[in-house]
Amino acid sequence: MTDFPILKIRSDFPILSQMVYGKPVAYLDNGATTQKPIRMIEAIDKIHREQNASIHRSVNFLSDKMTSLYEEARTTVQNFIGAPKTSQIIFTSGATGSINLVAFSFGESILKAGDEIILSTMEHHSNIVPWQMACERKGASLKIIPVTDIGELDIEAYKNLFSDRTRIVAVTHVSNVLGTINPVKEIVQIAHSHGVPILLDGAQAVQHEPVNVADLDCDFYAFSGHKIYGPTGIGVLYGKEEWLERLPPYQGGGDMIDQVTFEKTTYNVLPFKFEAGTTNFIGAIGMAESMNYLSSIGLENIQRYEQQLRDYAIQKLGAIPQLRMYGTSEHKAAVFSFILNNVHPYDTGLIIDKYGVAVRTGTHCAMPLMQRFGIHGTVRASFCFYNTMEEVDRLCDALNAVLDLMG
Amino acid sequence: MLISDIQKEIIEEFAGLGEWMERYNYLIDLGKNLPMIDQAFRNDDYLIRGCQSRVWLNAELRDGIVYFTADSDAIITKGIAALMIRVFTGHTPAEIIAADLGFIDEIGLKEHLSPTRSNGMVSMINQMRYYAMAYQAKQQK
Repeated sequence: MTDFPILKIRSDFPILSQMVYGKPVAYLDNGATTQKPIRMIEAIDKIHREQNASIHRSVNFLSDKMTSLYEEARTTVQNFIGAPKTSQIIFTSGATGSINLVAFSFGESILKAGDEIILSTMEHHSNIVPWQMACERKGASLKIIPVTDIGELDIEAYKNLFSDRTRIVAVTHVSNVLGTINPVKEIVQIAHSHGVPILLDGAQAVQHEPVNVADLDCDFYAFSGHKIYGPTGIGVLYGKEEWLERLPPYQGGGDMIDQVTFEKTTYNVLPFKFEAGTTNFIGAIGMAESMNYLSSIGLENIQRYEQQLRDYAIQKLGAIPQLRMYGTSEHKAAVFSFILNNVHPYDTGLIIDKYGVAVRTGTHCAMPLMQRFGIHGTVRASFCFYNTMEEVDRLCDALNAVLDLMG
Repeated sequence: MLISDIQKEIIEEFAGLGEWMERYNYLIDLGKNLPMIDQAFRNDDYLIRGCQSRVWLNAELRDGIVYFTADSDAIITKGIAALMIRVFTGHTPAEIIAADLGFIDEIGLKEHLSPTRSNGMVSMINQMRYYAMAYQAKQQK
């Protein structure tokens, strides 16, 4: 793709010019966390130097300014994911925090003994364990959508999991291990046809393609700031208004209240009902800055470029005969999980690190998926829009070096 | 040979190696040459839980001396396990408990032993010492 300004984009990320072991870093661990654009780094720096004050509380110039920046960030997020109202955007600590919020508040108010929750085999632990904890508290149980050999959800099996005890579905938008882009619109429609609400885990989706929660019609959507080129410790929960109104608060504290007496507390309106204590307001503003940066490039352009990277990587990795790929769906992000024959992923990761190629190895917080494929871990290379075709080549060269070394 | 002397010997061997490639190669060879643990011990009872590479460890006490065998599914981890065994095996529980493992730092393996590396090596060293402590407690009874 000639019109994608890759050199300019790379220069927007200071860390990409880092050398590791004397080589420029090929950072292919974007599924774990993404690097940060200079304008986000500078925005956060400026706030700390010039604008910091507590939001929503104090009557002073700085606090007013800070509050409006924070609420502008909420509007940026609203527009970024196509949410109908700003009050539906709740700032959390990350996708994990968002899912825990729903699993707790939904679990406490809705779940009863004998109820069922539908998850899938390809969920990240953060979309399994909070639901499991809710089930343990309430005596409910999990029903699991199977994954096919090529790493897709078995939609027919999913349809058959519903019963009159199904209370909620929680499924990932894009698999962090396989890269599979799930047919979430269809998955949402199926849940709704049974009158069941659905949460989508968008931690691996929002940074790679345009997402519109209103169009998806999901009831909840969760993602993390640090995976969308923003700071750590900030994330988003989107929810449909009727659900957010209906669910009780998750944590209690300052800012989330209306009136407090020792007899009774009444709660603040949305979204503040779910934002107890001093939130990571600077993180929220930083994340919004990164979203503005992405919007300036265009999510469609990013998606198109990443698809070209994906296709090139499929071709190049496919040319290594000793490489076994997990997740070969046509509907796939530029995320590649694989094992080299007779080489432990950990050994592979250690060695290619010395070639300046940064990947992740292990179970990727998805042990049930590993069990599904009968493996103990994979090497995962996860690309994004600042990666290059040349980095695909470097990955493949490093993998060939591993094969030589392991002979 | 004293544990400290074995460590000196390993440090000298590594000093003769060049860059990381040679070090990894050396560890890979050690790993390949490590006698496999008896299949009877390659099960969850002997598994040391590390996040990524799995390590199985067994210990036996014969005539007051501890003998270790180990295996791993990752070859570099297995190479490191071979080094640990070379240092610890054939010594008394008291010697193992008292040993200072300074060689790890000196041969540049410390990064492999941080808990965040999750390769089970820290747990393996701890487990070897636990065996030694258990044997010592038994002897003192």
